[in-house]
Amino acid sequence: MARDTNSTSTEFYRKKNKEEMKYQLVTFAAMIVFTLVSFGLVIGEFHPMFTIPVIILLACVQVAFQLYYFMHMNHKGHGLPALFLYSGVFVAILTILAMVTIVWW
Amino acid sequence: MSTAYAQKNGFFAGLWDYLTTVDHKKIAILYLIAGGFFFLVGGIEAMLIRIQLIQPDNEFVSAGLYNQLLTMHGTTMIFLAAMPLIFTLMNIAVPLQIGARDVAFPFLNSLGFWLFFFGGVLLNCSWFMGGAPDAGWTAYAPLSTTSPGHGVDFYVMGLQISGAGTLIGGINFLVTIINMRAPGMTYMRMPLFTWSSLVTSVLILFAFPALTVGLFLMMFDRLFGANFFDPSMGGNHVIWEHLFWIFGHPEVYILVLPLFGLFSDIISTFSKKRLFGYSAMVFATVLIGFLGFMVWAHHMFTTGLGPVANSIFAIATMAIAVPTGIKIFNWLFTMWGGSIRMTVPMLWTVAFIPSFTLGGFGGVMLAAAAADYQYHDTYFVVAHFHYVIVGGVVFGLFAGLTYWWPKMFGTMLNEKMGKLAFWPFFFGFHLTFFIQHFLGLMGMPRRYWKFQPDQGLEIGNLVSTLGAFLMAIGTIIFLINVVITTIKGEKVSGDPWDARTLEWSIPSPPPFYNFTQTPLVRGLDALWVEKRHGNGKMTPAEPLGDIHMPNNSFIPFMMSLGLFIAGFGFIYQVDNSSYLILAVLGMAITLLSMFVRSVKDDLGYHIHKEDLEKGAGSE
Ligand code: HEM
Ligand SMILES: [Cu+2]
Repeated sequence: MARDTNSTSTEFYRKKNKEEMKYQLVTFAAMIVFTLVSFGLVIGEFHPMFTIPVIILLACVQVAFQLYYFMHMNHKGHGLPALFLYSGVFVAILTILAMVTIVWW
Repeated sequence: MSTAYAQKNGFFAGLWDYLTTVDHKKIAILYLIAGGFFFLVGGIEAMLIRIQLIQPDNEFVSAGLYNQLLTMHGTTMIFLAAMPLIFTLMNIAVPLQIGARDVAFPFLNSLGFWLFFFGGVLLNCSWFMGGAPDAGWTAYAPLSTTSPGHGVDFYVMGLQISGAGTLIGGINFLVTIINMRAPGMTYMRMPLFTWSSLVTSVLILFAFPALTVGLFLMMFDRLFGANFFDPSMGGNHVIWEHLFWIFGHPEVYILVLPLFGLFSDIISTFSKKRLFGYSAMVFATVLIGFLGFMVWAHHMFTTGLGPVANSIFAIATMAIAVPTGIKIFNWLFTMWGGSIRMTVPMLWTVAFIPSFTLGGFGGVMLAAAAADYQYHDTYFVVAHFHYVIVGGVVFGLFAGLTYWWPKMFGTMLNEKMGKLAFWPFFFGFHLTFFIQHFLGLMGMPRRYWKFQPDQGLEIGNLVSTLGAFLMAIGTIIFLINVVITTIKGEKVSGDPWDARTLEWSIPSPPPFYNFTQTPLVRGLDALWVEKRHGNGKMTPAEPLGDIHMPNNSFIPFMMSLGLFIAGFGFIYQVDNSSYLILAVLGMAITLLSMFVRSVKDDLGYHIHKEDLEKGAGSE
C-alpha cells in the first residue's frame, strides 16, 4: 500500500507519534507506581478496609489507562467500541449486583 | 484466474461446494436445511407429547420417555430450529439489505454454522446412546445434576458447542452491519430487519456468555466432580437458575426481534407505504433489547427472592410491554390507509399481530409476581410462551421464508398452496394453545406425564391435541409446496414482490458476489426511492472494478468435527477413563485446524473486471 506521503504530513505524523510516545511512557510509569503502591499497602499491613478499596480503585484506573492509552481508545472513531464495552460492563455489573444482593447476601 | 469460479457439476462437487462454502447465501441454505430438519424432529416430539395427553391416564409413552420428549422438544425448538432458521433469514437478507458483498468474516460464518450443526447432532445422538436429556429445556439443578445416565451430559456438551456457533454468528453480523454498509446506508436508513438483526446480535453477544458459563459449571459438576450447584457441599443450585435466565430471557428476544423487523419490512412492502414511525420503531427495538437484560428473575418469582426483588423485576418486566405496544400500533398505522396486498407473507404477518398480542397479555399477567404464584409451572405459562414463540417466531419464519424464497432459490412458492398451509396452521395454533390458558388456571401443572380423569381437564386436552394435528397438516402442506415449487423451478425476476429494499435490486438468486457495483443509497427504502424518484435501478457508488472474494475452506468443518468427537470423549470418560483418548483426539483435530488456519495465508482471489462485463457467475 503506497500512501501518498508528502513532507508536511510526515512531519505531522512524526510529531503526533512523539506526543503519543510521551503519553504512553507516562501512563506506563504511573502503572508501575500503582503496582508498587498496591504491594506496599499489603506489605505495610494497613487495615483491609483501607487496602482493598484502594487496590480496586487503582486497578480500575489501570484498566482505563490500558484501554485508552495502550489500546488507543482515546483516538477518534472509537465511539462504537466504547459503547459496546460499557454495555458489557453494565450487563456484568447488573449480574454481579443481582447475585450479591439476592443470592449471596 | 477465471477458472476459480467456473461452475463444477455433479453431486459430489456440489456437496463439496456446500461443505466448504463461505458464501452467506449458501450458508443460509445450509441453515435452512439443518434448521428445517430439526424443526421437523422437534415437531414430531411435540406430536408425541400431545398424543400422550389426548386422554386422561394415557399409556402411549412411558414416564421416562415423556420427560425426554418434553426436554428435547423444548431444547430442539429453541436452539436447533428457531435459532438456525433465524440465521437463515439473517444470512440471506442482511448483507443484501445493506449492499454488502458478503458478511464481514465469511470464514467465521461457515464456522458458526458447522459448530451449531455438530452441536445439534451431538445432542440428538443421545437418543441412540442410552437416552436423551430429561431435566427440561431449562435443566434446573439439582434435577439435572442428579439425573442418571448421560442424557444431561449430551445437553451440556451439545449446547456448549452449538452455543459457540451462535455466539460467532452473532459477532459476525454485528461487525457486518456496523462496518459493511454501502455508501449512503446510514444507520437511520437501514431496513428494520437489519436494525433488529443488529440488536439481536448485541443480545447474543451479551447473553450467550452467561449460558456458556452456566454450562461449564454444569459440565464440571456432572463430569468432573465439582459442586457448584450442590448445597450440601457449599454450592448453590439457584445460581444455575440465574445464569440460565440471564441468558434465557434475552434469548426469547433474540428469537423474536429479527421477526419484528421482518414483519415491519413486510407490512410496509405490502401496504405500499413507508413504515409508520420508523424512528420510534428503531427506538423501541433498542429499548426492548436493553430492558430484556433486567427482567430475567420473572422466571424465578417463586424461588423465594423476596418481595423487594420480586417487585423490581415485576415492574421492569411490565415496562417491556410499552415498547412492544409502540411496535404493534406502528404496524397497525402502517397498514392504515395503505393499499394492502394479502400475499402469503402478509397473511402470516396480519395473523401474527393479534396472536402475539395475546401472548404479550399473558406475559403481563405472569409478570404480576403475586399472581404468578398461581400461574407458575402450570399450562398457563405453556400457553403464554407458545403464543409469543409460535405466534411471533414461527409465523415470522413462515412469512420470512415465503418472502425471501425467491431471493434464495429464484423460484416463488405457490401462493394458493401457501394460503392452504396457513389456515390449518393458524386455526390449529389457536385451538392448541388458547385453551391451555384455562387448563393452567384450572391447575393443570406443566411437564406432567399424565393427568387424571374427572378433574375437568379432558375436553381441554383433547381440543389441544386436535389443534396440534391441524398445525402438523399446515406444516406438511408447506413442505409439499416447497417440493412442488422446486420441481417446477419456474424462475422469477429479481423483484417479484415489487418491494422497497436493496436486496430486491439484484437478480434472484443473486450472483455470488451480490452486487456488481456497490449501490449508492439515497434514502430509507433505497430501492423504492429509485423507483419513485429515479429510473428504478440503483445508482452505482463505484466504477466497475475487480472484486475481491474469499476462498472456500474445509477448515470450519474440521474444527467443529473435532469438538464433536471431543464431546463424546468428555461425556464417556466418566465411565472409563480410556475414553479420554477421544477427547484428546478431538481437541487435536480442532487445534490442528486452528493452527493451519493461522499459519496458512489465504488471501482469496479476484474476479476481474473483464469477466464481470461478460457476466461471470450470474445465472
Ligand atoms: C410483554 C412481554 C412479555 C412478558 C411481560 C413476559 C413475561 C413472562 C413471565 C413473567 C414468564 C414466567 C412465567 C412463569 O414461569 O411463571 C414468562 C415465561 C416465558 N416467556 Fe414470556 N414474557 C413476554 C414476552 C415473551 C416473548 C416475546 C417470548 C419469546 C419470544 C417469551 C417467551 C417465554 C418463555 C419461553 C417462557 C417460559 C420459560 C420456561 O419456563 O420454560 N416471552 N414470560
Ligand atoms: Cu422472560
